[in-house]
Amino acid sequence: MRRIPVTLSFTKHTLANGLDVLLHEDHTCPIVAVNLWYHVGSKNERPGHTGFAHLFEHLMFEGSQHHDRGYFQPLQGAGATLNGSTNADRTNYWEVVPSNALELALWMESDRMGYLLPALTEAKFSNQRDVVLNERRQNYENRPYGLAPMALLSALFPPDHPYHWTTIGEVADLHAVRLDEVQAFFRRYYHPANASLALAGDIDSDEALAMARAYFDELEPGDRVDPVDASASLSSDTRIFFEDRVELPRLYLAWLTPAMFAEGDADLDLGTDLLANGKTSRLYRRLVFDERIATDVSAAQNSREIAGYTQITATAAPGHTLDELEHAILEEMARLVAESPTDDEMERGRVQAESQFVFRLQTVGGFGGKSDQLNAYNMFLGDPAYFDRDLARYQDVTHVSLQQAIARYLAPSRRVTLSIVPHGRVSLAAADSERAVVS
Amino acid sequence: MSAPDTASAAREIKIDRSRLPEPGPARPFAFPAIEKSTLPNGLRVWTVCHPQVPVIAFDLLVRRGASADPHGKDGLAALTADMLDEGSGDRSAIEMHEALARLGAQFDTDIGSDAASVSVTVLTRFAGRALTLLADVVARPALRDDDFTRVRQLRLHRLTQLRDMPGVVADRAFLKLLYGSHPYGHSPIGNEAALAGMTVDDVRAFHAAAIRPSVATLIAVGECDHGAVVRLATEAFGDWCEASGDAVTPDGAVPAAAALNIIPRSNAPQSELRIGHVAVPRDTPDYHPLLVANTILGGQFVSRINLNLREDKGFTYGARTAFEFRRLPGPFVLQVSVQTTATARAIEESIGEIAGIRGPRPVTSEELALGIAALTRGYARNFETAEQIARAVMQLALFDLPDDYFAQFVPAVARVTTDDVSRVMARHVDPARLTTLIVGDLDVIGADLGALGLGDPVVLPPDAF
Repeated sequence: MRRIPVTLSFTKHTLANGLDVLLHEDHTCPIVAVNLWYHVGSKNERPGHTGFAHLFEHLMFEGSQHHDRGYFQPLQGAGATLNGSTNADRTNYWEVVPSNALELALWMESDRMGYLLPALTEAKFSNQRDVVLNERRQNYENRPYGLAPMALLSALFPPDHPYHWTTIGEVADLHAVRLDEVQAFFRRYYHPANASLALAGDIDSDEALAMARAYFDELEPGDRVDPVDASASLSSDTRIFFEDRVELPRLYLAWLTPAMFAEGDADLDLGTDLLANGKTSRLYRRLVFDERIATDVSAAQNSREIAGYTQITATAAPGHTLDELEHAILEEMARLVAESPTDDEMERGRVQAESQFVFRLQTVGGFGGKSDQLNAYNMFLGDPAYFDRDLARYQDVTHVSLQQAIARYLAPSRRVTLSIVPHGRVSLAAADSERAVVS
Repeated sequence: MSAPDTASAAREIKIDRSRLPEPGPARPFAFPAIEKSTLPNGLRVWTVCHPQVPVIAFDLLVRRGASADPHGKDGLAALTADMLDEGSGDRSAIEMHEALARLGAQFDTDIGSDAASVSVTVLTRFAGRALTLLADVVARPALRDDDFTRVRQLRLHRLTQLRDMPGVVADRAFLKLLYGSHPYGHSPIGNEAALAGMTVDDVRAFHAAAIRPSVATLIAVGECDHGAVVRLATEAFGDWCEASGDAVTPDGAVPAAAALNIIPRSNAPQSELRIGHVAVPRDTPDYHPLLVANTILGGQFVSRINLNLREDKGFTYGARTAFEFRRLPGPFVLQVSVQTTATARAIEESIGEIAGIRGPRPVTSEELALGIAALTRGYARNFETAEQIARAVMQLALFDLPDDYFAQFVPAVARVTTDDVSRVMARHVDPARLTTLIVGDLDVIGADLGALGLGDPVVLPPDAF
C-alpha cells in the first residue's frame, strides 16, 4: 500500500535554565501557535488536595506582576485565540496569534511563568475557586452520567494512586485549599526546567528562537521534578452501581492497560476501534444494528503517562437490561480473541490511522495541532521527532498482536463493571453490583 | 540575560516589562479564490485550491433544513439527513460505512434550520472514490423501510435521553417560546409525537422534494484542480435529477411569550438560563455592526457579560450572547448556566448588561477598538485547513454572499463606529421584549424571582417543546 511520508519538521533548543524550545515553520497562514506545556497535572496532587493543578491553571489567566490585569484582553486585542487545559499528566497553555503578535504572546507567557505570585491575591483566588466549582457543576454534577469518571477511576486505581481522582477534583478539597499552597505549587512546578515551549507557524526559526531567549532566558530554573511512581492492579471483577438523574441505564466496562506509547497501547487503540467505535465496529453491528438492545456503544483506550485504562460504554435500549449488554460485549470480545480479525478490519484500521495522522498536520495550533503534538512527544518521550514513529506503531499492529493485547489486558476476570441507573431503579444495575458513593 | 545568540543574525531584542509590545504590521494574506461551475442538472460545483497537505475536504450543502419540515412533521428533515448514509443501491448501511472506512474518511452529516450538509474529508489519493460515495449518500440513498424503523427508533431513544440534559431542554423550550409554530420554533431533531407518526414514505417524499441539485452546492477544498473536480462531479452526480420542487413558504408570525418562564428541575445544582428574543436575518445591512456589538456584549472571553458573571461574580463557568444569523430573522440569545443560589441575580445582571449597551452605558472607544481588533486581526486563522475553508465557503453558498466577501470583511468591520453599535443595538434589541427561561430548582429560587419585576414566572412542563 502506498504510504505518504508523514513527518513534522522542527528544531529543538534547550535554554540554560532548562526550558525546551521547539520550532516548526509553516507559512500557509500568517499565524503562529505559541504552545507551552508544564509537566504537572492532577497526578502530582495528593489525596485531600485534589483539583489543585486545574484550579491553578485558572489563576494563570488572572494577571502577573507586569501585567496585573486579565490575560485575555491584550491577546484578544491582537487577534489571538487562546486557551489552556489540565489533565492528569500535564497542563498546557496556548495562543494562536497573527505572526506580528508573536512577541506579545512571548511577553505574556514569560511574565506569568516568571512573575505570577506578586500579582496573586486572595480575591482572585476566591473568585476562580467559585468559577471552578461552577465548572464542576456544569460539566459533571448537572450532566447525566457526569459522575461516571469519578466512580470508574476510584475503582480502577487504589486510593494512593494519583489516577484515583479526577482532574476537576473533590468539592471538599477545593473548599479546603489555601493561598499559601498555591504559592508553593507554583514554585515547585511552574519554572523553565519543568516546561516545554513550541512555536509553530509563520516564523523565521532564528528570529523566533532569539525572541524566546530574550523573554525566557532570564527566568530562574527550579528544581527538577521527580517522576511520579505508582502502580495499580485488578485481581477481580469489581461490580458497582449508582443512581443518577437519567432515563436509560448505562453500562461501563473498564480495564487497566499499558501507559501511553508502551507496548500494547497502539494495539488496544486499534482493538477498541474495531470493537466499538463507529458503525462498522463489531459491537455497534451487534448491539445497535442487529439486536437493537443498545442505543449506543463506544470505547476508548485512555492512555496516560504512567498507566492507562480502556473503557467500553453502552446504553441499554428501553426494555433491555445491562446484563444482556454485558453478556453480548463479553461474547464479542471472546470471539475477537478466539478468531483473528479480518484482513479488511486490519486494513481499515491502518488506513484510518494514516488519515488521522495526516489530518493532524493541517493546523499549527490549538488542542491537538502541530505545536501541541511536538510538546507531547517532547514531554513524554523527550523526543519531538516521534511523529512518524508514532504512526508506525499503528502501521505495525498485526492480527496477532491485536488479539494478544485484547486477551492479555482486557480479561473479563480483572475489570471494573459500573452501572448507572435511573433513580429508584436499582434492579436495573448489572447483577451482583454494590452501591458506590460518588459526588 | 544571557549573552547574545551568535547563531542568529536577527535583530537584537530588548525586552521591556514596563509595557506590552505593540504588534508590527500585519502580514498580507490572500483569501481563497473560488472557482465555480454549474452542472446541467443545476448542481453548483465550487472549488478552492489549498494544496499544503495532501487532503481534500468535500462539503455538499443543500439549502433545505429543519425549517422545511412540513407542519406536524417536526424532525423529518433531520431524520431524512440521518437516513442518507444508510446504504445505497445494493449496498447496506454497514457496507456503506465499511466503504468510507476503507478510505480513512472523516464523514459527517449536519443539519440546521436553513440547510443540511454532508461532509467527507479524505487523503487526496481517495478523492474520486470519496466523491462517488458522497453522491451515493446524497443523491441515491436506499431509504429502506427496515433501516428507517431502526434509525427512527434511535432518534426516539435520543429524544428520551435529551430530557435529562438541562442545557438541551432549555434550548428546545426557548425556541418554542420565541417562535411558537414558526418554522424556526423547533430544533432539528423534532419531537416524539411527530417522529412516531412518520413513515419511510415521508422520508422518501422529503428526499425527492427537498434534496435536489438546484438547491445544492458541492464544495471541494484541498489539493485539487477545478476541472478535475467538475469531471468527477459530473460522473458522480450527473444522473441526479431535478424533481418538482417543494415550495417553501415560511410562516412569519411569532408569538408573544411571557417575560419569565421556568421549567422546574428539582435539586439542580445550577440553573440554565436563556434570555433573548427574535432579532434579525443574516442579510441585514447591520450585520457587521451587530457582530462588533455582540463581541463586546457577550461574544468573547473579555465581553461585558462574561467579565461580570464569571470574572467578577464567580456565578458561572462562562456566559455568552449571540445573534444567530439565519435566512429569516434568527434569535438573539444570552446563554449561561449559573449556580442555583445566584439565579435571580444573574438574570438581573444579564438584563442589565443587555439594556446598558443600548444607551445608558454605550460602548467606549476602547471597547470598540478591542472588539474590532478581535474580529479582524486574527481573521486569517479561519482559513488554515481545508475543512475550515470549506465551511467558510458554505456560508457564501447558504446566504448568497459575494465572492469578495472574505476580502471585504475586515474593512467592513473596521468601519464600525460607537454610534453604529448604539444604533443597531437600539434597532434590533429591545429589553422590553426579552423572554427569560430558567431550567432550575423552582423550590429554591422561586422566592427570589418576584423581585426581578418580570411578573410571576410561568411554570412550564419539562417537555414544553
